[in-house]
Amino acid sequence: MLRFSDKPAVNTAVNLVAVAVMMFAFVFVVMVPLYNVLCDALGINGKPSGQSYTAVAAKVDESRTVTIQFIASNNEGMPWEFAPTTTMMEVHPGAVNGTVFQARNPMPHAMVGQAIPSISPARAAPYFHKTECFCFNQQPLDGESAAELPLQFIVDQDLPRDIGTITLSYTIFDVTDMAGAAVATR
Amino acid sequence: MGDHHHGPAKGLGRWLFTTNHKDIGTMYLWFSFCMFILGGTFAMIIRAELFQPGMQLVDPEFFNQMTTLHGLVMVFGAIMPSFVGLANWMIPMMIGAPDMALPRMNNWSFWILPPTFLLLASTLFMEGGAPQAGWTFYAPLSTTYAGPSVTYFIFCIHVLGLSSIMGSINIIATVMNMRAPGMTYMKMPLFVWTWLITAFLLVAVMPVLAGAVTMMLMDVHFGTSFFSAAGGGDPVLFQHVFWFFGHPEVYIIILPAFGVVSQIIPAFSRKPLFGYDSMVYATASIAFLSFIVWAHHMYTVGMPVSGELFFMYATMLIAVPTGVKVFNWVTTMWRGAMTFETPMLFCIGFLVLFTIGGFTGLMLSIAPADFQYHDSYFVVAHFHYVMVAGAVFSMTAAVYYWLPKWCGRMYNETMGKTHFWISFIGFNLTFFPQHFVGLAGMPRRIPDYALQFADFNMMSSIGAFIYGASQILWLYNVIATIVAGEKISDEKVWDGAEGLEWTIPTPAPYHTFETPPKIDPAHAHS
Repeated sequence: MLRFSDKPAVNTAVNLVAVAVMMFAFVFVVMVPLYNVLCDALGINGKPSGQSYTAVAAKVDESRTVTIQFIASNNEGMPWEFAPTTTMMEVHPGAVNGTVFQARNPMPHAMVGQAIPSISPARAAPYFHKTECFCFNQQPLDGESAAELPLQFIVDQDLPRDIGTITLSYTIFDVTDMAGAAVATR
Repeated sequence: MGDHHHGPAKGLGRWLFTTNHKDIGTMYLWFSFCMFILGGTFAMIIRAELFQPGMQLVDPEFFNQMTTLHGLVMVFGAIMPSFVGLANWMIPMMIGAPDMALPRMNNWSFWILPPTFLLLASTLFMEGGAPQAGWTFYAPLSTTYAGPSVTYFIFCIHVLGLSSIMGSINIIATVMNMRAPGMTYMKMPLFVWTWLITAFLLVAVMPVLAGAVTMMLMDVHFGTSFFSAAGGGDPVLFQHVFWFFGHPEVYIIILPAFGVVSQIIPAFSRKPLFGYDSMVYATASIAFLSFIVWAHHMYTVGMPVSGELFFMYATMLIAVPTGVKVFNWVTTMWRGAMTFETPMLFCIGFLVLFTIGGFTGLMLSIAPADFQYHDSYFVVAHFHYVMVAGAVFSMTAAVYYWLPKWCGRMYNETMGKTHFWISFIGFNLTFFPQHFVGLAGMPRRIPDYALQFADFNMMSSIGAFIYGASQILWLYNVIATIVAGEKISDEKVWDGAEGLEWTIPTPAPYHTFETPPKIDPAHAHS
């Protein structure tokens, strides 16, 4: 306990104020970053792993196929038309696969969208590697224009054998107001 | 006590500028009773709407405002300040101190409360209405979908957090520095012990709540995305931060209640408290465990199985120190020369009903079973058994127990016992059926429900009206005692009561223990 005054009660009080300030700081400098780190590390919430994927000697496991389902949805207030071109694919673990999502901005003005992925079951998230994804970047679209949004992915050969179907869901958010500000780019 | 003491100042200034722990304690107690009535009124509106299925009296939006404000007002306005008031009155008298350690800060921590709750209540009349995201105000309900009053709400939480932190710092500083010579830690009355530990919990977690609402404020007004997935945040983070505060908070509410019961049961059993040391250690263990169990409030949020298991076992572990306490109270009564005055009745009511609430808590702690119970009326029944029959019953017992000491007049015992029995029956009629409707699938926080729940809900509503009305009897009894109760002058109001507060004259003089009392070193704790 640090000493600030001759009065012991004042010392106690000052130390306790320091504890309170530290606990307030704890929320921002420990809890928030720790939460994000844990979610990344454990793949909780279907948050895909943030680490870059280095392809392990591309050996395609043709002994099994995994069904990949694609879902697209809009966050509230987002007017874009946003949908996958194929809703389902059968893939072999280890193979490089590609598909395309379509987005159209029906509004008269330019907007910026940001797609946020989520993988279900969450247990599959660490085994689903995106080598190219429109969700890595913000997507600007002029008024009344459309774009094709490419996606390339590899399902890991180590995917647990009991997982037969993986659902990849994208939610597109309107980030026009925030564009330029720091936003997550995963 | 000497005879030269100046009495209290006259007029309104006495209350505005007072630094006297008894005045401040009195103001806290009256304020919390006003909030108890206000929060109770919100509850009556809720129960009136739920009296029958279908939409009867209020809009769904207003119903949500009622559930939200009922929770906020009862937790932060009624229960917490009432125990702070009791601490102000009793801790200096129990440890032989002349006043609290930081009396001017004490004045501040009380006087910032009433304007805060006035502001919170005023949101009812604002455009868009009061906050309606529930007392847990989960994001994004409280951020993206919140009305403009959310900013007032955030400010209120900040200020009342400040008040709680100041109050706790004062209590810790008092207990650590102002004990009479010879009053060692292990001789302190258990009420002082439980409050000391509670105050540490408050200093640790109220800033976390402040952090949570600060992040909300920044998300709502300054374009950050702590809880918004659009900017890379996550609403689940809110739940983690909230419950990291919220779980210790429920012990902040119940630990002082444990302290009160540990004072009163020995007095009316005419035996010292059984297992004093184990009571202290159990309290400390509960406080420690409260920091590592928060996610049991969010089993259904999508945690990994390992997380569910950890939080399940850690939660179940809390039953051990809590069980130690319950058995100690029962053992204190064992073969005691028991009498059943009103404070004792409320303590026994506490003991029975709190144990039921503890058992339903144990049921809720089982992660796979919780998927069925989560957000159902079973949870509502559980936490009202521990909050109302736990905290409020013990607070009621405390008022009956110490009121004669405070004002030198005896309350009406018949009326007190009547109050107990009406409360006990009303309470159980309200909340016991809610276990059944919850298990049958009735969700909490809804203004309308399926027809098969109609009978139990009607019972609940009738019970709530009975319980609510019985509090008016309490208010009447207290006022009648203060104004015209039978005068008493025995230092010991209760023949079995032990402790320093019973060595001073009755009614307690404005200033006490200006010269520290002598503590008999051989005498055990009180």
